[in-house]
Amino acid sequence: MTVLLRVEEVTKRFGGLVAVNHVSFELQEGEILGLIGPNGAGKTTLFNCINGVYTPEEGRIVFQGQDITGWKPYDVARFGMARTHQIVRPLADLTVRENVMVGAAFGSHAWGLTEAAVRADEVLEFLGLAERADMLAGSLNVAQKKRLELARALASQPRLLLLDEVLAGLNPSEIAEMVETVKAIRDRGITIIMIEHVMHAIMNVSDRILVLDFGQLIAEGTPQQIAQNPKVIEAYLGDPKLAERLMQRGA
Amino acid sequence: MSQRKPALPPAFRLADFWPALPGRHWANWALPLLVVLGLGFFPLLTGKDVHRETMFTLLRAVVMAVSLNIILGYTGYVSFGHVVFFGLGGYVGFYLVAVQGRSLWEALLAGGLAAGLLAWLIGIGILRLRGAYFALVTIGVNEAVKAFIQNFDPFGGPLGLTMNFAVYKAYGGPRAMLQMTYYVLLVLAVLAVLLAYAVRTSKFGLGLLSIREDEDAAEVMGVVTPMAKTWAFVLSAVLPGMLGALFFFRNGSIEPHEAFPLHLSIEAIVMVMLGGQGTVLGPVLGAAGYQAMRAFLLTNRYLKDIQLTVSGALLLLIVLFIPAGLIGWLRRRFPASRRVLL
Amino acid sequence: MALEWTSVLSFLIDGLMLGFVFGVAAMGLTLIWGVMDVINLAHGPIIALSMFGVYLLMGALGLGNPYPALLLVTLLALPVGMGIYYIAVHRVIDAPHLSSLLATYSVNMMLMGVMNAVFGGAPRNIEFSLGSIKLFGGAITIPTARVVAALAAVLIAAALYAFLYRTRLGRYIRAVTDNRDAAELVGVPSTTILALSFGLGVLLAAFAGGLIATIFPFTIFDGGRYELKSFVIGVLGGLGNPIGSLFGGLVLGLIEGIVPMFLETSWTPVIEFALFVLILLVRPTGLFGGKS
Repeated sequence: MTVLLRVEEVTKRFGGLVAVNHVSFELQEGEILGLIGPNGAGKTTLFNCINGVYTPEEGRIVFQGQDITGWKPYDVARFGMARTHQIVRPLADLTVRENVMVGAAFGSHAWGLTEAAVRADEVLEFLGLAERADMLAGSLNVAQKKRLELARALASQPRLLLLDEVLAGLNPSEIAEMVETVKAIRDRGITIIMIEHVMHAIMNVSDRILVLDFGQLIAEGTPQQIAQNPKVIEAYLGDPKLAERLMQRGA
Repeated sequence: MSQRKPALPPAFRLADFWPALPGRHWANWALPLLVVLGLGFFPLLTGKDVHRETMFTLLRAVVMAVSLNIILGYTGYVSFGHVVFFGLGGYVGFYLVAVQGRSLWEALLAGGLAAGLLAWLIGIGILRLRGAYFALVTIGVNEAVKAFIQNFDPFGGPLGLTMNFAVYKAYGGPRAMLQMTYYVLLVLAVLAVLLAYAVRTSKFGLGLLSIREDEDAAEVMGVVTPMAKTWAFVLSAVLPGMLGALFFFRNGSIEPHEAFPLHLSIEAIVMVMLGGQGTVLGPVLGAAGYQAMRAFLLTNRYLKDIQLTVSGALLLLIVLFIPAGLIGWLRRRFPASRRVLL
Repeated sequence: MALEWTSVLSFLIDGLMLGFVFGVAAMGLTLIWGVMDVINLAHGPIIALSMFGVYLLMGALGLGNPYPALLLVTLLALPVGMGIYYIAVHRVIDAPHLSSLLATYSVNMMLMGVMNAVFGGAPRNIEFSLGSIKLFGGAITIPTARVVAALAAVLIAAALYAFLYRTRLGRYIRAVTDNRDAAELVGVPSTTILALSFGLGVLLAAFAGGLIATIFPFTIFDGGRYELKSFVIGVLGGLGNPIGSLFGGLVLGLIEGIVPMFLETSWTPVIEFALFVLILLVRPTGLFGGKS
């Protein structure tokens, strides 16, 4: 296995607040890596550092053997990394198909519009949005918007996909469906990092899990190891039930 | 590990400016073109000079509105001082003809080039500003250029320049010149519509629309936004620049207040809003509708004194109640019309 | 060109005094921007309308000076401004910027149309004299009307400051400026506060317009000129920072006082607008810090 992404000692500050504090990890090609932690732990900020929305004050991001620290988000995207947003950002006045075409046409393969439309329809079919392709994106409901967000990212056929809480706000059956979708995406050869709060899902789907707390990496390991890690349970003490659930899953 | 940036796909290829949107309908370009040609040839049927002059004003509005729509309607950036491109193109073109003795054709080319160059130079800087800040800075640019030209001696300073009427001999005399420049304007209007259509249905245009809807999301999807915005600005500036060169050649004189009137920019915005921003047909209809309304108000015995007030009230009603404009409203109200109306 | 120190001083004094007055006009613009992110493009015609209001009222009252008329016009401007807010602005307050720009511009057109029909384009002049103040044994003379205008400008700026920081309504306005949603949650009547802020912005513009009318002759079209000046000052002082506008006015006044010593006066707007563009690009929060 080869290393697809290496995050080295990345630090991001906002004024006096250290949102991400000397975080380092490696990601193997083909892996699904879970990223968990309490609210405000710096998970989304770390994503923003990885895909170029923020430039970290310290540390490096190495993607496909290339130092991409300080690159613009559009360059990172064109180099093969796609992401979804925690708060969905549909291009409301464009159709669902056009939304996905943007991903396909401007991502790493830079397909022309004809090709992009074909790719978009494939992805929409795969994610069960095909019959809504001609609707305006603004008219979708939340679950559909989440899938649209994923479709746009997927349509670029990235090497690495960053998923920011794609399960939040979905009902249990939708969650089960989405978990299968994420696995299917990985089976297509796309490496994934996902931020998630739905614990049983992330435990189920991840090969490995990182835990962030107050901007620091406090644990790293398989889902079983994480569930039994006392530091992790402590970090979640604000929500004792959650710790309990973690223990049950791990056991 | 290589330190050099690897070869990323180019931000835009030439082919990305070509209409390629799947599902586009021939009516998308034919309808606006038909309206422009219909309006354009109307005075030739009647053969009356007064009709031709009315249509000259109307087609001028079409070129301004359709061009402005590329940055305003497609990209979502409110260029309030867009008239600066009209004025600069006008001055450059006029200077070449009246002072340097060049031909109208060279003037048109130079006017368009100067406007495009200005857009490119300032675009990189000012297109970083979003929302009202961008609108404000374009007003500032227009006023700064106007104030500079008032002090710029080669362009005649505050008095401007006048044309020696002998120049028109080369174009068959003043009468023939008026007719000929009308045709040139018609060509510019056709070009504007074709350009607007090409951009709207190209990959480049899809990038612009994504910027309009959510610029940060567009960046994350790989749209090279600084370059896209700058080219949108340039493309929306070139035809107004050529229009300026043509207009002032025909006018026979140019002075700063005539070349850079802010209200001309704002009128163009109103036309785009009226017809439907972001559509191809909308600004054409908006320009025609706005000019028709103005002509009606100005010739109406009771309304002509307060025509500005009536226009203002109409604008307010549109902004408050139909912000998508005529075509935008139709597309929303009758989704089936979306295929044909663009 | 050798400059007499007296003429340097009189240029500077003149520039500073006018700067205060223009600063108040800009304060109106930037107060509205700060509270609701709306650029009031009806600013210019309101200034012009106030000029004509003072001119006509002074005639109607038959007084020898314009100040009572100025006070009346200023008070009247508050409900007018609130009316403009309810009719034209409220519906588009959360729409994209283009909508609010066009909504206020439509008010601009309506006001200009009415003024054009009623007053025409001829210049007017408020005729009165307060004499002049002589300094350094007559080496420098300053028209008293300008001194009064500058003092009045400083006074109203102080009054605005006191209002914003010492009264409950003022606190409400600042709360809505900071975070409208949060303000609403704690029970601030945000619509009324927005209308009041717009009214105050219009009031400040009207006050400044009236003061300018006591100094310079004017036409209905002059509002546009002072509106552009307000933009420049607002950006210098920091958009959304009303008190910064007073300092922005001072900077503009200094530029207008200093530039004519070195260059022809016609270069002043070139420098002003170049500075305007530059500041927006480099430091959009203005020289004195605005709303980020």
